Amino acid sequence: MPESDYIILVFAMGVVTYVPRWAPLYLLASRRLPERVIAWLDLIPAAILSALLLPALLLDPELRQVSLLRPELLAAVPTFLFALKTKSLGGTVVVGMMLYWLAGRFI
Amino acid sequence: MNLISNQNRGPIGRALKDGALAAWPICLGYFPVGLAFGVLAQKAGLHPFEIGMMSLLVFAGSSQFIAVSMLEAGAAPLAIILTAFTVNLRHFLMSSSLAMVVGRTSKKRLSLFAYGVTDESFAVNLFRFRQGGWDLKRALFVNHFANLAWVASTVLGGYGGKLIPEHAFGIDYALNAMFICLLVFQLRGRKYVVTALLSGGLAVVLALVVAGNSYIALASILAATLVVCLGGKGFQP
Repeated sequence: MPESDYIILVFAMGVVTYVPRWAPLYLLASRRLPERVIAWLDLIPAAILSALLLPALLLDPELRQVSLLRPELLAAVPTFLFALKTKSLGGTVVVGMMLYWLAGRFI
Repeated sequence: MNLISNQNRGPIGRALKDGALAAWPICLGYFPVGLAFGVLAQKAGLHPFEIGMMSLLVFAGSSQFIAVSMLEAGAAPLAIILTAFTVNLRHFLMSSSLAMVVGRTSKKRLSLFAYGVTDESFAVNLFRFRQGGWDLKRALFVNHFANLAWVASTVLGGYGGKLIPEHAFGIDYALNAMFICLLVFQLRGRKYVVTALLSGGLAVVLALVVAGNSYIALASILAATLVVCLGGKGFQP
């Protein structure tokens, strides 16, 4: 693919990625929304984080099946408890990495 | 500038420091992923400059990985663009949540902020805004640091650099660990726990049956809707 075509391609990719990021912020910020919509949006972060995490921890990407013996999952349980106990983001990241590294050595 | 509002909390240096302190787990997590992306993109025939352009203009990890493999397979540009759109639609939900907490601010700044909304910066900034003492200036620094780490690591990877040996120090787990902690911060009551369990369970099931990563947005929308509709007054925050 010629350089100019490539730049047009990534520019178009950039536009279609930017618009969904931009529209809600531009249109919804500082606007009163119905109670139910606010209640719904209030739940979205917990929902998204869990939807990002659980499949990453539980699913084997190659076999496309649930697998309980993955180091990702084994490290996640004590990491979760550490986060719950300490409420420290930086600490959790470092401890999580260590536990994952350890789990990888024993599996 | 004579803008005096709650947007200006102390000098820019402190905002920069706060932003850096909040952003480092994201940057740490982006590095191995960015390097891996750069290496793959280079194998697919992209120069470091082209890799940097994509990281700068798109700034969305999973869609970039997909785009590179589609480029390598000789897919039509329109197909690549449509795929990027679909893969990144979940940011619509994240920006909607962020819109609730950013407060009154200039549309120009919001438009710049929107550029840097990723899974990771969304989660970190949302938590900080909720916690208080956070403003758009700090949030922008978080986005810019994350962006810098992403562009730099992907370009480095494009030079064939595997600077960090693969899987070293468990660094591959940095983003997962960050998400675990940010999820813990979100579990502020029963309805959030129920939503998270529902959404996570749905995501696992949906990930097995639907293609791509649309399961993230689908599961989140379903879970939040179910809890709002069925939970009703039963949940006390």
